[in-house]
Parts: sequence; C-alpha cells; structure tokens
Amino acid sequence: MKKEKTPMPEQQPQERIKNFNEVALGYNEEQAIEEAERCLQCKVPKCTEGCPVEIDIKSFIKLITRKDFSSALEKIREKNSLPAICGRVCPQEDQCEKKCILGIRNEPVAIGRLERFVADWNDKNKNDPGSSKKSDDSLENAFAELERIHDGNGNKNLNINVQKLQKKARIAVVGSGPAGLTCAGELAKMGYGITIFEALHESGGVLVYGIPEFRLPKSILKKEVEFVKNLGVEIITNALVGNTYTLEDLFGAGYKAIFIATGAGLPYFMGIPGENLNGVYSANEFLTRNNLMKAYLFPEYDTPIKKVKNFAVVGAGNVAMDSARTAKRLGAEKVYLIYRRTEKEMPARIEEIEHAKQEGIIFHILSNPVEIIGEDSFVEKVRCIRMELGEPDSSGRRSPVPVPGSEFEIEAQAIIMAIGQGPNPLLLKKIPGLGLTRKGNIIADEKTCRTNIKGIFAAGDIVSGAATVILAMGGGKKAAISINDYINSGIW
Amino acid sequence: MVKNDINVIIEKEDLAEKIVKLVIYNPQIALNAKAGQFVIIRVDPKGERIPLTIADSDKKAGSITLISMTIGKTTTLVEKMREGESITDVLGPLGKCSEIERFGHVVCIGGGLGIAPVFPILKEIKNAGNTVTTIIGARNEKLLILEEEMKACSDNFFICTDDGSKGFKGFVSMKLKELITASLNGTGNFPRPDRVIAIGPTLMMKSVCDVTRQYDIKTIVSLNSIMIDGTGMCGTCRVEVGTETKFACVDGPEFDGHLVNFNLLLARQNYFCEEEQLSMEEYKKENHTGACKLDL
Repeated sequence: MKKEKTPMPEQQPQERIKNFNEVALGYNEEQAIEEAERCLQCKVPKCTEGCPVEIDIKSFIKLITRKDFSSALEKIREKNSLPAICGRVCPQEDQCEKKCILGIRNEPVAIGRLERFVADWNDKNKNDPGSSKKSDDSLENAFAELERIHDGNGNKNLNINVQKLQKKARIAVVGSGPAGLTCAGELAKMGYGITIFEALHESGGVLVYGIPEFRLPKSILKKEVEFVKNLGVEIITNALVGNTYTLEDLFGAGYKAIFIATGAGLPYFMGIPGENLNGVYSANEFLTRNNLMKAYLFPEYDTPIKKVKNFAVVGAGNVAMDSARTAKRLGAEKVYLIYRRTEKEMPARIEEIEHAKQEGIIFHILSNPVEIIGEDSFVEKVRCIRMELGEPDSSGRRSPVPVPGSEFEIEAQAIIMAIGQGPNPLLLKKIPGLGLTRKGNIIADEKTCRTNIKGIFAAGDIVSGAATVILAMGGGKKAAISINDYINSGIW
Repeated sequence: MVKNDINVIIEKEDLAEKIVKLVIYNPQIALNAKAGQFVIIRVDPKGERIPLTIADSDKKAGSITLISMTIGKTTTLVEKMREGESITDVLGPLGKCSEIERFGHVVCIGGGLGIAPVFPILKEIKNAGNTVTTIIGARNEKLLILEEEMKACSDNFFICTDDGSKGFKGFVSMKLKELITASLNGTGNFPRPDRVIAIGPTLMMKSVCDVTRQYDIKTIVSLNSIMIDGTGMCGTCRVEVGTETKFACVDGPEFDGHLVNFNLLLARQNYFCEEEQLSMEEYKKENHTGACKLDL
C-alpha cells in the first residue's frame, strides 16, 4: 500500500494565476479507486468521530472501491447535504483525516478528495439521489402534489398551500449559508415547510460572497442549492429579516420557529491611521466585489475593482489567503501577506498556505501594520513594525510583541484587511432581550441551539464566531433535530 | 393594466431632465419602510448594486417610489426601463429611519436629486407638529423636482437655482444663511431654526453644515456613499463621524452633519470614477443610440 495520498491533479501555478478556474482538478475514477483502496476499513472507525456531521466515511469509501459511485453519494447524503462543497473546503486535516489510523505512520486517506470525487462523478453522470427524489416515497408524493400547486411564480400562494398540505409546521430560516442550508434541508426531509430568507440576491452566504471561484466554483454551489430546493425548501432572496420582514411578520405569518444563521459578516478593521483611505478594503468587500459581483470580469460585469500594481493583505487565515490569491489573479505584480506571528501560527489551512506560496504571494511574517500612508486620499504604502513572539496568550499561541524602532514600509496601492469578522448586529439588535456574548454573538445552547427567546434557535458562525463551513453545517443539523423536538413537544 | 409581479414598475414619470420617478410594486418593503430609509437595487443580471432612497411608500397599494438621476451606466439602465418591466433585485428597507420628533422650527433642505429623499421626512416632520421651512435648490429651473408636493407640506417655502432661472439666485446654503441672519436680527417673522435637515450633493451638505455650525444649529445630513450589500457586511460605505468610523448603510444614512468628515466622503465617492466612466463608454459602444444614426 502506498504511504502517501494519491496526488491531486492541479492547475500549474504559472497557469492558474492567470485565471479564476478551479485549482484542484479532482480525481478520476482510477485515482479515486486507488485512494479508496488505501482505507483499512477499521472495525471501529475513528474518522467518523472527527466529522462534525458524522458521515459514514468507511462505508462510502468501500462503495468507491466497488465502483458503486452513486451509492457512495447516497451514503454521504444521509448525513451531509453539501458533499461537493465539503469535499472542497472542509479542513479535513483537522477533522476526519486527523483521526485516520493511517495518518499515524503515513499520510491519512484523502477523505476530502474522495468525497469531492463522489459528488462530482454523480453530477457529471446526472445520478444524484436528490434530483430523483427516490429517498422517501411519501415525501415524493408530497413534492409531486406541491409541484402541481406551484405554478412557478407564486411564492406566497405556495406558502398557504404548504400549510394545508403539510402536517408539520412551517419554519423560517434566516440566512442561506452552510448552517441555514443544512438546517433547511434536514427539516424539509422531516416534512416541514421551510422558507429560507436571504438578504443578498444570491443564495449561499459565505459560499457565494466569500469563497473564490478557484476554490469553490459557483456552478457547484448552485447545484447544491438546487438539491436543497428539490427537497421542498423555498428560498426568498433580497429578504433582510429585521428590515424586509420583522420577526413579528414571520411569527404572524405562521412560522412556528425561527432559525438564525446569519454568519460572521461584520468586517473588523485595525483602527490604525489611514484605514479609510481609498484602496483600503475589508476582505469582505474585496471578496464580495470579486465573488458575488464578479468584478474581476469588469467591465463585462458592472461592479468595478482597481487592478493596481501591488496589493498587501493583512492577516493569515483562509480569508486572507483567498484575498491574496484573488489579488494575484487580478494581475497584480506583487501581492504581500502581512502577518504578526510566524507561519506556524497561521490559522489558514496548510493547503491554502502552500497554494499561496506556489502562486508567488510574498509573506511578511512577524510584521504588523501601524499606519497606512497615502497621497491625495489614495493608498501608497503601509508602514509596518517587526514583531517577536513572547509568552503564549489565551489562544495558546505565543503573542507577538513589537520590536521598538523596527518600522519599515511596503509599497502597495491597495490594502486588504483580513483580520477576522464578527457577528452582524443588524437583526440581533431588533430582537429585544436576545442574549448575546460580549463579542455580540448569540448565546445558544450547545446541544439544542435554543436562544433565550421562545421559538428562536441559532447556530453557525453567528453563535461560534467565524469558524468553518462544516462546523456551521454541524450546527445547522443539530438545530434541525432540536427544532423538531420543540415542535413535537411544544415545550420550550 | 399592469400585472403586479414583485418589483414591477407600476408607474414611471420623467420629473426633469435625466430624473425619473419609478413606482414599484413591493408590498413587503412598503409595509416596513419609514422615512429616511433606502433600498439597494440591481437592474441587470450582470449589474452592480446601487442604493436609492425611498421617496415615498404606500402600504395600501403595496408600492414604493424611487427617484433616480441618470449619471452612469446603471442609472442609464434605470432610465430606460418601462412600465410593466421588473427590476431584477430590490432589497430594503435599509438604514435607520429619520429621527422624527417635535423639535420646533425645522428647516428642510433638498438639493438636486436630494429633494426626493427630503420629501418623506418633511411630511413626517410636519405631521409631528413642527413648523417647517423648506428650501429646495437645483442648477436650474428645469432640474427642480417635487416643487408642488414640497410646498404643500411647508409653512415657508423657498426655491434656489444656481443660474437664477427660478427663485433665489445662488446656493441653498446662501439662502439658509440669509434666513438665519434675518431671524437673529429679528427682521421678518422667521424664528431661529431648531434643527436643519439637509440632503443633496455632498458639497451642498458640507456648505450647509459650514453655515449652521457658526450658529450651533443641529444639522442632519443623509450620506450617499458607495455601497454593495447595504447590510453592514462589506464596509465600502464607511465614513468618519467625529472620531469614529461608521457604516453609512446600517449606522446611517443620516448623521450629525457637524461631525461628518466630508472631504473623506468626497474622496471615497470618487474612488471608482475612472471605472465608472469606462463602464459608461463600453455601454455606449454596445448600444448605438438613435442620435448616432442621425449623425450618419
């Protein structure tokens, strides 16, 4: 047996920095089978323990070795509604693959790559259990009935009919990111009438505005959203709950519970001089312009972005790597990544750090911006100070300390602040009495996802703070189970 | 008969040269819209998101009124839309609503397109029992909008045009200064304003604030920064108010004008100027206008 993972075919760095196409190309059948055969099929598999949504990993891998790729997808779909996305963006190295027994001496099984392969293979061969709806006969009948009633444009009428038709209650889901989509999908499978309210004009939350095309093609996301819709979920875009619909509107319209999954959408800035100069973006702005609004295709698309000579990105998480690599693809000569600790402490996935390096991103570690300098209101350079690592802080990482007198300047015409995101307070402020943490996240019970207000549940980044797609999905799933319990018992 | 689909244009009217009024069917926004709030619209699948103030809303008819001035590609597309067509995306109501209280004597100032967003605030302010003096201004008579509507809700009403084609010749800030001076001298029956609300081009709002600052009259302005999502997620619209950085989309759009850093706002509004021009040129190239053919 091979000690290493079957290598992932990739676009070469020199090529890929000129386009926005996906970097990792995915396994073919032979590669997938070869990798699947590395799995030891442990009697007590540890990998599933490492998965926030508890996918039966060993079973789907076994099905791959038997070339039964459609059953493999069904196996994954039992627990995970978004396999094509998770196979791409999950930090498997910290989850399932971290627990893999092979990983003790050699490289673990490439579970993420296999998950992606299964999803992509079935999509290519149009063999998705979601689109054929063969999972549940009674549900299938209900969907057929719904489709007869649904004339294709009357969302409002649909709601009323859903109420008559469905024995179970209607639930409102706020936000169509990973937590919202998962919760909606799970509840729909149980027979609830679900409406997702999405503030943007497209569904997907961070998957559509945050994660770039070259890491998660939007066509993949669209298909996963379609899958959730095929489960009977209604998605209303351009609907900002708290503004377009108040919570009273929703409860008044007959929704029995509300699940808040509004994510971590509030950009943080450093609070240093010059931060409001032209050319300083939050990572959210920079990524939203490029991902949601397709500014990299300007002027074909109307939203602009300045294609400047040098970009500097502050931060070293996945969002920072995404920003830096996007900047490179806009044709920048130099893209700098400024981080106050060392590479070892970088919160980004190792794969993302490697990809960024391969693409020529210049890392300035142990450096921290102190001032952004511009002329005529345009950014020209960023002044940084060198740092050294001191004692470990509350996060267990050694905290960086500035070295006096070590200031230096980096020339850049655009600076992207990727130092984290917090909870967007917009809706939360409009729910009187809702329990919040000091950072402004919703306080929700870890097991039941219940907030302190009857009928309101919450999970995902709005509760945990900015984390990963799969953790948000795990939260969405827990919430679905808990909402079902609440509706059945009526007890809060 | 126009079929009432969501976001369909029920009524369209040219208010002035390059200024159109659109009445749009969107009962959910109409239900919750309050004076001072705005929407973000997108008029094309490849289009950008732009903010437009809600100039009026009608809960019964389920409609909102938007007023757009043609300055770039997106607003050109808005101008070209016809009754019965639908706007691709309309999100709202966004932003905080205006502070409406009984202040005493309130001067409402609208400049150019800014007259539109002042109108719903003016009505509310009047209903709250205030004495209302209104000053509207534009470059020339042809660009004045909502004159009759504004006048009907005002106790005192003044028009200013830069070229003097109607009313006072000069800027609204000059007229305001004249009125305040008169009130302090006790000439005429014009009481000292307790509050000024000024909406219009950034330079106009800045000038108004420069006047009212001298007399320490609280002045509210509504900022038209560049926005994308309009929900506090991107920070494109950030403005400096006093010592703090605020997001115009969720913390505003209305702020205490005496604390606003207008120079920063102006700079940020112009950041994508080149790109906006390029976008317009590309659009013109693709869409030869009737005038072009006549030139041949």
